[in-house]
Amino acid sequence: MSDPANHHTLSVLVENKAGVLARVAGLFARRAFNIYSLAVAPTDDERFSRITIVVDVEEKSVEQMTKQLFKLVNVVKISELAPSRSVERELLLCTVKAAPAVRGQVVELVQIFEGRIVDVGHDQLTLMLAGTPAKLDDFADLVRSFGIVELQRTGRVALPQLDRQAPRLRSVGKVS
Amino acid sequence: MKLTGAQALIKSLEMQEVEVMFGLPGGCILPAYDPIIDSAIRHILVRHEQGAGHMAEGYAHVTGRPGVAIVTSGPAATNLVTPLCDAFMDSIPMIAITGQTNRPQIGTDAFQECDTVGITRSVTKHNELVMDPQDIPRVVREAFHIATTGRPGPVLLDLPKDVLQGTMDWYWPTSVDLPGYKPTTKGNGRMIKEAARLISESRRPVIYAGGGILKARGAEALRELAELTGIPVVTTLMARGCFPDSHPLCLGMPGMHGNYTAVTSMQKADLLIALGSRFDDRVTGKVSTFAPDAKIIHVDVDPAELGKVRRADVPIVGDCRLVIEDLVKAVNALGGAAAQPDRSPWTSKLRGWQERYPLHYDPPEEGDALKPQFVLETLRDSTPDDTIVVSGVGQHQMWASQYWRFEHPYTWVNSGGLGTMGFAVPASIGAKVGRPDRLVWAVDGDGCFQMTAQELVTAAAERIPVKVAILNNAYLGMVRQWQEMFYEERYSEVYLSPDLPDYVRWAEAMGCAAFRVETPEDVQPTIDKANAIDDRPVVVDFRTDQAEKVFPMVAAGQSNDDIIVHPSQRSDDRKVVQ
Repeated sequence: MSDPANHHTLSVLVENKAGVLARVAGLFARRAFNIYSLAVAPTDDERFSRITIVVDVEEKSVEQMTKQLFKLVNVVKISELAPSRSVERELLLCTVKAAPAVRGQVVELVQIFEGRIVDVGHDQLTLMLAGTPAKLDDFADLVRSFGIVELQRTGRVALPQLDRQAPRLRSVGKVS
Repeated sequence: MKLTGAQALIKSLEMQEVEVMFGLPGGCILPAYDPIIDSAIRHILVRHEQGAGHMAEGYAHVTGRPGVAIVTSGPAATNLVTPLCDAFMDSIPMIAITGQTNRPQIGTDAFQECDTVGITRSVTKHNELVMDPQDIPRVVREAFHIATTGRPGPVLLDLPKDVLQGTMDWYWPTSVDLPGYKPTTKGNGRMIKEAARLISESRRPVIYAGGGILKARGAEALRELAELTGIPVVTTLMARGCFPDSHPLCLGMPGMHGNYTAVTSMQKADLLIALGSRFDDRVTGKVSTFAPDAKIIHVDVDPAELGKVRRADVPIVGDCRLVIEDLVKAVNALGGAAAQPDRSPWTSKLRGWQERYPLHYDPPEEGDALKPQFVLETLRDSTPDDTIVVSGVGQHQMWASQYWRFEHPYTWVNSGGLGTMGFAVPASIGAKVGRPDRLVWAVDGDGCFQMTAQELVTAAAERIPVKVAILNNAYLGMVRQWQEMFYEERYSEVYLSPDLPDYVRWAEAMGCAAFRVETPEDVQPTIDKANAIDDRPVVVDFRTDQAEKVFPMVAAGQSNDDIIVHPSQRSDDRKVVQ
């Protein structure tokens, strides 16, 4: 079982080339570390992609994994994103049973969570929700009572939290 | 200038100043073999692709230049997996070139197709499937750069047949652009100062020299540091030769079959200066009890080695030679040799251990079987001290490392990390090709020899006069030793027979001169005869004592404190001596 206490989010900037994901994934596989979630997409610079990996490893293994990843020739940069110091988002798509009698309740739940209905069938709805992983967990729990036909999550993406303070004027004295 | 991909490949290798490659042609690599006819690069035709890989390794070991192996697709590529993994574990610079099926056929289970980049991904420093002939000069340039810089290692290029047959506009890149690959070579100045300070405070320091020193061409720098500080040096299996065994500060090899003083000095040290070594389990024994009182200075070009096994008090990422040179400066800045504390109690303790527990074997009595250690001592004393010794894996490897006296760097070639049986014969051929001016002796076991002996045909055909000493004890000796010591002498599947095969006739059939030695009196004259032959390979079948075991020994997973010395050295007061 996956233990959320051991979840670590690694943000890995890689060259956008064939086989790079396999190299990254292989380093986890050979150590029998489970990748809990994974998101890969090109960055603003098309030469590079960002892989956001949530991996289930103990704290002491994270540093070694980071170093091993950095040895890969196609890996440009790695940072570990602690949940308290980063912004994390994930997307959820979910098809639920929504017979006319309960459809109003489903719609209400989607509204409360600020999600959207993206497809409508005669007795099913497909819902979309973007948010923090915890919010998606809550939503998935609540929507389960209506009967989930299919549920798919993207795996999380994350960026570091921004500084709240302006930088100190350290170089003032050096100006002459 | 328009070239075919194949011509561009060979021209790129020429641009990289490759002088020799080891290989065997086949379907998909065929186009690359045509321009070889017109190239100045020597090609050595092996009898098995594994041999090509180990020859490339042996060549790289002794020259420091990347060895090149070139083979076809499918089974040839899979035969290369063992040498690639071996080179990866021992940080040997190597370039492997494999053929691949035509681009449209990739992934269709075509004849002799395999997922070469997938299979070799975890045993190479880097690999690449080249899908455009125009990329060839760039990827070759990058491959050599990656293989030889930072922590060296094998790089594989997989070339589809139609990429080799396609055309390209020739160019040669003036630089490499690898945004994710920038090895750190210069050590952090503050850390180096801190290391010098720890050294100046240490009463029981030991330099733990590893193979990284040889990779960094740092033997001279190491000697300068050791002599400046007066700190004794242990040389790991991969580092034998980086510090002369005859030097008064040399303690020899540590580890599972290291000598007592080398092992125990590390256990009792208050400071270990680890230079290009990686705290391998064969050195540390049980990690939790390894060198319990020692602070650690750890220098390695690979940041992932720092803190991997043992936390370092002073971790330094950098090229070993450059860091040692800076460390010498930092030690001098603190007052140099004069500022080193009095370490005479430590030195006398080390001398005491050396006197009490030297390497030992019981000298043979009249009519006894030949002792392998005696063979090695005689061989050592009958060859110049710049002789290159190449070994396989097992008892003979440990005896060779123990009983040889290594005086120069790059005179010892063996498979350390992967422990590849069958390494010696092909690696010795590669070593002899790299250093034709040197005498090259392979020391092999009978089990190892049977794995790759066919490459002696290559050596005979190419007139590469290597010499092979088989220590033939008719057993998988190291396994036998473990079964004797840890499995109540229940010998399971380890007997090989001394006569099957008949090594002399087999060697002769492969174009070698061959001798058999069964008595101590025959050892010296036969070695002299072998040394005098220079027009073909020589094999000597030494019939050795099957009961002989390698001592000292630290059993797998045990603490180095529980080192098992030779039976004749055991006594109840051993703990007092410590």
